[in-house]
Order: sequence, then structure tokens, then C-alpha cells
Amino acid sequence: MGDCRLHRIIPPKIAQKIMDLIFWASGIITLLILLMVIGYVFYKGLPVINLEFLFTDPMDSGKAGGIFPMIVSSLYVTFIAVLVSAPIGVGAALYLAEYAGENRTVRLIRFGAETLSSIPSIIFGLFGLAFFVIYLRMGWSVLSGGLTLALMALPTILAASEVSIESINKSYAQGSLALGATKWQTVSKVVIPAALPGITTGIILGMARAIAEAAAILYTVGAALITPISLLDPARPLPLHLYILATEGISLDNAWGTAAVLVILILIITVTTNTLVDRYRKQMMGR
Amino acid sequence: MEYIIEAENLNVYFDELHILKGVSLKIPKNTVTALIGPSGCGKSTFIRTLNRMNDLISTFRMDGTVLLDGEDIYNPKVDVVDLRKRVGMVFQKPNPFPKSIFDNVAYGLRVHGINDKDILEHKVEEALKGAALWDEVENILDKSAMGLSGGQQQRLCIARTIAVEPEVILMDEPCSALDPISTTKIEDLIHKLKKDYTIIIVTHNMQQATRVSKYAAFFLHGEIVENGRTEQIFLEPCDQRTEDYITGRFG
Repeated sequence: MGDCRLHRIIPPKIAQKIMDLIFWASGIITLLILLMVIGYVFYKGLPVINLEFLFTDPMDSGKAGGIFPMIVSSLYVTFIAVLVSAPIGVGAALYLAEYAGENRTVRLIRFGAETLSSIPSIIFGLFGLAFFVIYLRMGWSVLSGGLTLALMALPTILAASEVSIESINKSYAQGSLALGATKWQTVSKVVIPAALPGITTGIILGMARAIAEAAAILYTVGAALITPISLLDPARPLPLHLYILATEGISLDNAWGTAAVLVILILIITVTTNTLVDRYRKQMMGR
Repeated sequence: MEYIIEAENLNVYFDELHILKGVSLKIPKNTVTALIGPSGCGKSTFIRTLNRMNDLISTFRMDGTVLLDGEDIYNPKVDVVDLRKRVGMVFQKPNPFPKSIFDNVAYGLRVHGINDKDILEHKVEEALKGAALWDEVENILDKSAMGLSGGQQQRLCIARTIAVEPEVILMDEPCSALDPISTTKIEDLIHKLKKDYTIIIVTHNMQQATRVSKYAAFFLHGEIVENGRTEQIFLEPCDQRTEDYITGRFG
């Protein structure tokens, strides 16, 4: 109704101009917010970063020294998280999109994944503490933290992969089956390669979620200041280090430096994968 | 006359829908048979029973028999993968895989266990020549098939099909998404292919049916009204409904 009244008062062409402006402004504001946050992190953090900061151990609980063990910890737990969640997530997505019909089990899996993705990360942390750290006796370790992060990354990878597999033109699979290919040959040689860009993007989203997470590892990974070697070593990934430096008032400068390193790490991962995915997609689609 | 396919009293249902009603048709070997009729009359469903593509639809049910070289293809002992190798299919919309031109044609061969590079190269070249596409793609075999024009893509799909050396090629309105020049090329190709293959083509284009086929069957509401030599169907149809359809009174 309000719409009708608006049309009566404002001529359509002017209304169009106003709406164009509003949409343009929304876009610009979003961009500005992003630039502001990243810009501020870099403004505060980049001056702290140097080779020593990147490649040495922290001293005095992190008040001085570098963050080398934290960088290693972050990469380590994220690697484990992806190693575990990617095969399960992609496998489940293939099952949902290609094998399962529409039945109760499928709806249940989908509902489960959606619910999983909306659970607050601190609850994952608590679960990780009870299950991995205590019940499975993995202790505060890279393994406990990585597995907890895997649980969190799983629904993200599943959802993105399923959408990507579902969007693959059904005619590809028909063409393959009509040539006498089996279902598995069709899935492995046609469907997965065609869905690979989307699947990769999903894995990267899951990875980004895992590498940036502090709450889920708060109770599972320990907080050791040394470089973890074994899977059962405790560790302190970047977000956790950042959290401790800031909340315990150890060094705000080093907290900003840690934040900047984390942002740069995520940027490197996403930009590299996007470039590779783009190249693959162009080659596949001949453009 | 030698028949390669004999369908006997076929009934096909999707859920409660009775799509084919007691269809019987014999397809002579190494000729082109055209299936004509209005949309929704069961032509596509019929050819999809011949390579068991309907099996992919969960609500599909059928009774009756389909013999390929005298063997019942719905016999539980029949391997569907094997059957589809013998009965190839070209779809309405060109559907090359998002792979290179070479990999598209080699796909069926690789799926059936041929991995020798020399054999693959030889067979891919043969198939592309057979589909009258070789001259156009000879130097871009490693480029994506998605970059080809619609007509080229459809000929690539034909090349992909003949690469596995089927006995029968089913074509489901293969030209409906193509321009007239590409259509002519495909029709010329069909003439060339009928020496080695039995072709069954579904078409909405009456002229196309007369141009490419020797035999024709007219489908209406899930039944075959009339079938026989194409010129007889078009020039002196026995049934009033056939005459009405081909003279454009409905459909």
C-alpha cells in the first residue's frame, strides 16, 4: 500500500533515480566498512610486523618476541580441520546431490548440517573439551583443536559443495550414462570435475572459518607458547594468541600485529585459490 | 527384411500416467527411421526405452518386450552399461562435457577401458572425421568443447557417440536447438552414417523426416497410428489422423 502512495507522490523516473542512489550507497558503505576494518588492522598491526616478529618465539608471555609458534599452530590445526572435514563434507554432498533421493534420511542430514552451522562456536569448544580432550583422552592438543574445528567447517563445506554439485547441468550426467558409463564413472569423471570450482570454494570457506576461530579452540588446543610438532602437542593458534594478548592486557601492539598476520594469511589463501579456480574454470569452459 | 530392434506391445507408465499404450514397432537395420507426432505423444519416451534411459526415473514402470538382435534388453541378465554402448544416444540440446574436444570423444572409449594413447588418438580422429567435424577442430583438440558453436557441439556429441561404435544411434530432436545451416550439416551426416549404423530419429520437422528417413512411425497419444515407408506415410497415409497431422491440421 505504501508503495502505491509512493508512486502517486513521486514520479516513477525520480523514484528510480532515488532507488539507484540508495543501492549504490549501500554498496559503497559495505565496501567502506570492509576497508575501514582491514585498513585499521593494518594501520595498527603492520608497523609491528618484521622478520623477527614472524620467525621467532614469543618472550615474556608474548609481551616481546615473535609469533612463529602461533603461525605454525594456526596452519597446523587448520590443515587437520580441512583434512578431516573436506572428504566427509564433499562425500556427504555427493551422497545428497547424486545418490540419495528425496527421503527422510536426506532431510535429516540436511537439517543436521543446517543446525550444525548455526551452533555458536563456543559450544563446539565445550563439546571438543568433553569429547576429544577428556573422553578420547587426546588432551589439549593440535589434534583436539583440529578435530573441533573440523566439526565447525563441515557444514560449510557440505552446503557449498552440495549447491555446486546440484547446479551441474543434469545433461552432462545423461550424456555420460548414455555412453555406457557407470554411475561412479559419471560422478568421478564428469560431475566432480565440473563441480570442482564450487567444491574448492566451499573448502576454502570452511578453511577460513577454521583458521579465524578462537572460541572453538579455547578449551581444546591448550595455550602453549612453543611450536607444536606432534599431533598431541598443545598449541596456540593466532586467534587464541590475539585473544589472550588483548584480554589479559599483555601487549595490545602485539595483538594488532597478530591480527594483521592473521588477516594477511587469510587473504593469501583466498586470493591464491580464487586465482587457481578461475584459471581452471576458464580452461574448462573455453573462455 | 532384417530388423535390429523389435518392440512388442510396450506399455510405459510414470506413476499413474500411461505414456505408451501397447506400442509395437520393428526397426530395420542400417536405415533411418523417423518418429513423428505432436509433443507429448511418447516418441522420446519410446526411444528412451530402447537404451533403458527411462530406468533412471524412479516412477518408471513398463511391460512388453524390446529385442535387440533378438535378445530381450529388459532381461535381468542384461548389463545396462553394455546395452548403452550398443545403443548410443544424441540429445535434443547439445551436451558436450566441460572438457577438451579430445577428451569428449575419448570419454566413452576410456570408460570402456581403452587407455592406450595411440589407439585413443586414432579412434578420436576417426570419430571426428565420421562426424564431419575433424577439419574444423583438428588444431584445437585440447581446447574446451564449450567454446564450439551449437552445431559443432552437436556434431561433437555425434562423434562421441560413434567413437564407441554402437549398432544403433538414437537421436532425440537433434536439430531443434540448431540454426538451418547446422541442421543441414547434421542431416548430411545422418545420410552418411546410415551405411554403418541404424538411426532412429525423433523429429518435429516434417520436411526433415522426409529428407532423412526411409521409414517413419506416427505417434499420437502414446500409440502408433501408422508406420511404414516414409513416402507412403507422407504421400498416401492410410489413417485420417496421420493425414491431418502431416498436413498441419493439428500438432
